[in-house]
Amino acid sequence: MTGFAILMAFLLAGHVIREWWGVPLPANVIGMILFIAALGLRLVKLETVEKAADFLLRHMMLFFAPVIVGVVAFFPLIGREAPAFFGGLVVSAVAVLLVTGWTARALAGKSAAASGGYPARAAEEAQNAPEDGRGGTAM
Amino acid sequence: MWPGWMSNPVFGIALTVIAYVASLRLQRRYPWLHPLFVTSGGIILLLVALRIPYEAYAAGGKVLEFFLGPATVALGVPLYRQFRRMKRDLTAILAGVTVGSATGIVVAGLSASLFGASQELVRSMLPKSVTTPISLELARDLGGVPELAAVLTVLTGLFGSMFGPALLRRCGVRDDLPLGIAIGTAAHGIGTARLIRESESQGAASSLAMALAGIVTSVLAVLVRYGI
Repeated sequence: MTGFAILMAFLLAGHVIREWWGVPLPANVIGMILFIAALGLRLVKLETVEKAADFLLRHMMLFFAPVIVGVVAFFPLIGREAPAFFGGLVVSAVAVLLVTGWTARALAGKSAAASGGYPARAAEEAQNAPEDGRGGTAM
Repeated sequence: MWPGWMSNPVFGIALTVIAYVASLRLQRRYPWLHPLFVTSGGIILLLVALRIPYEAYAAGGKVLEFFLGPATVALGVPLYRQFRRMKRDLTAILAGVTVGSATGIVVAGLSASLFGASQELVRSMLPKSVTTPISLELARDLGGVPELAAVLTVLTGLFGSMFGPALLRRCGVRDDLPLGIAIGTAAHGIGTARLIRESESQGAASSLAMALAGIVTSVLAVLVRYGI
């Protein structure tokens, strides 16, 4: 529960900062940035928040299912604009995939030779990440 | 109008949690069934079939939606974990995510406009590559429709997760790092979930890229807002 309290405190800080200083980022993103800074500065220990964070991330789908249900009201709009809806979706997804992949490949080429790929620990960490194979992971 | 117990938030919360758990169980038996579609689709069908007003459901739905806030903050955890491991590739990661996120906004806006989309749809489409709770908020800020953005985001994630790895390999992106970065940037958590099952190092790169893309796209969206 301490972990959850910490996450809530950062979210609250995000809302306060957005409103008082007019920071134009979403409050949850401001909260996340502050939270990462706190982790980096060791103000918050990873172990304290891990459990709560992994739980929330694993079940993120549950939290936005209600938003998806709300799309019913927009079915007429989607029907009317189906070509743009699906066309834009596919075209931009392909563009992002390729541009990102090519850019990262071009720049990673040099260091990959030296490092010989990934430290095994990265893999280990990935397993600790919200994993729960059966589809719980954050979206 | 409708009975009291139905307009109580308990109704929407219970319905969603039950549908969610049931869909996770269903997926264990039928792995191709995506739990999100089963959960949301099941609830939609039930509401329509029983003529339950959406507002009654939403009273509880909003309570669950609230947890997207702390869940987004929680994304800092995978970012921090992977960041410590991948410091040496930081340039490639940051450059890939930044260029990719900018491409996402520009191409989504342009292609949707070319296909004749309304302003409402274009603005909902801009942030669709980032993780759902962030794309929702960005769509709201950009003057789009959060619900549309959520659906576009989920569909983008499914598309990227199903076709992304094969497409990238065919186009010469085969190493774990660039492949993971591309999937995380384009297909957020849904793509990441698939990669983690196949390769741990790809999954690690992907979950880092997903969180970074959320931040980078939020910043880029500010430029869009003041540019438009």
